[in-house]
Amino acid sequence: MSIIIDHLTHEYETGTAMAVKAISDVSLQIPDGQFVGLIGHTGSGKSSLIQHLNGLLKPTSGTVYVGGEDIFDKDYDKKKLRSRVGLVFQYPEHQLFEADVFTDVCFGPKNLGLEQKEVELRAYDALKKVGLEDDAFYVSPFDLSGGQKRRVAIAGVLAMKPEVLILDEPTAGLDPAGREEILGLIAGMQKETGMTIILVSHSMEDVANYVDRIIVMNKGSVMLDGSPKEVFSHVEQLEEAGLAAPEACYIMRDLQKAGFDLPGDVTRIEEAADAILNVFGSGV
Amino acid sequence: MIREITIGQYYQTDSVLHRLDPRVKLIFVILYIVSIFLYRKPLPFLLAALFLALCVGLSKVPFSYIVRGLKAVVVLMLFTAVFNLFLTPGETLVAWGGLKITKEGALIAAFMAARLVLLIISSSLMTLTTTPTQLTDAMEKLLWPLQKIHLPVHEVAMMMSIALRFIPILLEETDKIMKAQMARGADFESGNLLRRLKAMVPILVPLFISAFRRANDLAMAMEARCYQGGEGRTKMKPLRYKGADTVAYLILMVYLAAVIAVGKLT
Amino acid sequence: MNIIDLKKVVYEYFRRDDEGNVTGITTAVDHVDLSVKPGDFIAILGHNGSGKSTLAKHLNAILYPSEGTVWVDGMDTTEEDKLMQIRQTTGMVFQNPDNQIIAQIVEEDVGFGPENLGVPTKKIWERVEESLKAVGMYEFRKKSPNRLSGGQKQRVSIAGVLAMHPKCIVLDEPTAMLDPAGRREVIRAARALNDVEKITVILITHYMEEVIYADHVYVMDHGSVKMEGSPREVFSRVDELSALHLTVPQVTLLADRLKKSGLPIKSGILTRDELTAELVRIKSGR
Repeated sequence: MSIIIDHLTHEYETGTAMAVKAISDVSLQIPDGQFVGLIGHTGSGKSSLIQHLNGLLKPTSGTVYVGGEDIFDKDYDKKKLRSRVGLVFQYPEHQLFEADVFTDVCFGPKNLGLEQKEVELRAYDALKKVGLEDDAFYVSPFDLSGGQKRRVAIAGVLAMKPEVLILDEPTAGLDPAGREEILGLIAGMQKETGMTIILVSHSMEDVANYVDRIIVMNKGSVMLDGSPKEVFSHVEQLEEAGLAAPEACYIMRDLQKAGFDLPGDVTRIEEAADAILNVFGSGV
Repeated sequence: MIREITIGQYYQTDSVLHRLDPRVKLIFVILYIVSIFLYRKPLPFLLAALFLALCVGLSKVPFSYIVRGLKAVVVLMLFTAVFNLFLTPGETLVAWGGLKITKEGALIAAFMAARLVLLIISSSLMTLTTTPTQLTDAMEKLLWPLQKIHLPVHEVAMMMSIALRFIPILLEETDKIMKAQMARGADFESGNLLRRLKAMVPILVPLFISAFRRANDLAMAMEARCYQGGEGRTKMKPLRYKGADTVAYLILMVYLAAVIAVGKLT
Repeated sequence: MNIIDLKKVVYEYFRRDDEGNVTGITTAVDHVDLSVKPGDFIAILGHNGSGKSTLAKHLNAILYPSEGTVWVDGMDTTEEDKLMQIRQTTGMVFQNPDNQIIAQIVEEDVGFGPENLGVPTKKIWERVEESLKAVGMYEFRKKSPNRLSGGQKQRVSIAGVLAMHPKCIVLDEPTAMLDPAGRREVIRAARALNDVEKITVILITHYMEEVIYADHVYVMDHGSVKMEGSPREVFSRVDELSALHLTVPQVTLLADRLKKSGLPIKSGILTRDELTAELVRIKSGR
């Protein structure tokens, strides 16, 4: 399902002296099936932006089209929107509230007014998708490990069968293994189902390894937009916005300065290794 | 909506009122509120209003900022006004159907509304010019005699100041949890009262869990920083009366005398 | 004398079901020996649930060992009458920036510790000033903590501990909830404490980039120390680390890959400069 953001502006405390523009005149098109990384430091407007995509925040001006329909039209059904665009908040495990995992995951589909059988089927599917073992289905969500809790919370949104999935910092607070696990899960799902995914992150390595396109936000506007290689070639601009390029970019730049003839568009460690080995010739 | 309540918030600037000892401000507000309820006559009331206007001027807090805090209680004011307007017996001014507005009713309604406005402005003026820490310090100090009869004055004061620190954090958290559950299709706005109450469960459970987790963390952090109750503690900002505070007490006395005099004489 | 000494420390707790019946015993810390010299910068690494945070809480008597002994500056942490002295010797900064700030104004929060210690008012002000200056937060002293970024809040927490004049500061995953800019701020502040104020720092983390400047690194898994040594020694064992669910810094990872592909790179590369120098050396050697 495609998303079109049309001249979106959002102001807090409109009309007072303290009015702050969280988003100012953002226009973007996200085609169906794209895997997008949305980057920006804290306060860059990225969290406000994604909350508009499923109608949790209303724009001060401008609008959003999901699947061609204006979601801020007064006749537009919010429930339909919530089932189309799934939003996983930061630290989503903090919203778990039911006595057991399975019932918690049922909460979303139940709210859509589906039949009990369909609700349970979806919950089961979703829990399987996030790789939770059957024997964890009926334990209290609070007895699970941090990584498991997060997967259950993601399943809670997946069970609504959204066509667009937005995840706000899904790896925050996890250790390296946990981060890779969650990102691998999301990337796998994207490949398998071809759903549109927007991954909000401030970890450059995460984003560089998985997404098709990167949108960088700064001070409420889109600063850079393009493939990872394009975006990461603007190291200075990224640093001005309080961000950094992936370590691999910096390594390649250092080596270029030291006189090595290396390509300038390397963003991943694997590519960097290949490029360096190439310079030293295959005779090593 | 939640963000617009200014009662209990501190407005940072430097003014005479900001520099006064919090005990002075606390006693001041209590006696001031008593003074506006003493008489139901226009003159003492006018005096009280003028006096408060003077204080607002001295505080350097923009008047528009104080008024924003009033919005939250407009409903309460309207409610009491309407209640008084229609239900006070007396000389009828206007009547239609079974409803009538009496002269007495109109007067009382006007007075009540005006009193509420003064009450709210005066008490928000105190919190706007006093940090919650100072306020709890003042309460601790003023209630200190109660410690003698083994009331946990220090602990209560500490609890209040921590609660005040965590209110904004928990409000923000409530907002976040609500949005997260709405993203999962939760509906907090339709259905009857029972249904709406039930719809609160997905907010309240996570909120309580989070509050307990925070309380636990905080207790540990306080212990790690050698907190062990009020005994043996020193103060970074001990309360000490200065010249200005004595003057403030004098002004308060003069004001009260004036109100009583005007009240008796008119 | 060591500032911290752990001898065969074990920490066990009972798992209970809903009715409170014991269903099992979890060993969160399993026979850990660890010693820290005054002025050292120590890092403890481990994935979530490896026991590193539980271990940290032993260092200022928030938890007591089930077996073994913890000495802090020569004091056994189970000696109750030394409790306050122990907690003053090793200060602690925790993970969640919101849940450890007590007061509503930065300077008052930093003064909280000294108040508890009964420091005279005038001295509290001096300590607050010097501590806030040490972490670069002096200009924010009148601000509400709610208005600060995560990294700034953590620096205030560090100042709050510093104002108690500790010999050692334990930072328990201080950067886990921060964005990259906040992480850099906090680590810079921690290194400054060690370099300038000569305070012993024990940093607990799962971010590898944060420990390359440490004097000594311990790697924990399942409650016990699995690897230890200088960052260079530890990070040269890339495969072992990944078996413990940890990764090495990106530069080290790249160097390791190149080495495995046959380039004669020395092991334990930690910075970009080292890698560049090494590659230049190899190139000119041909």
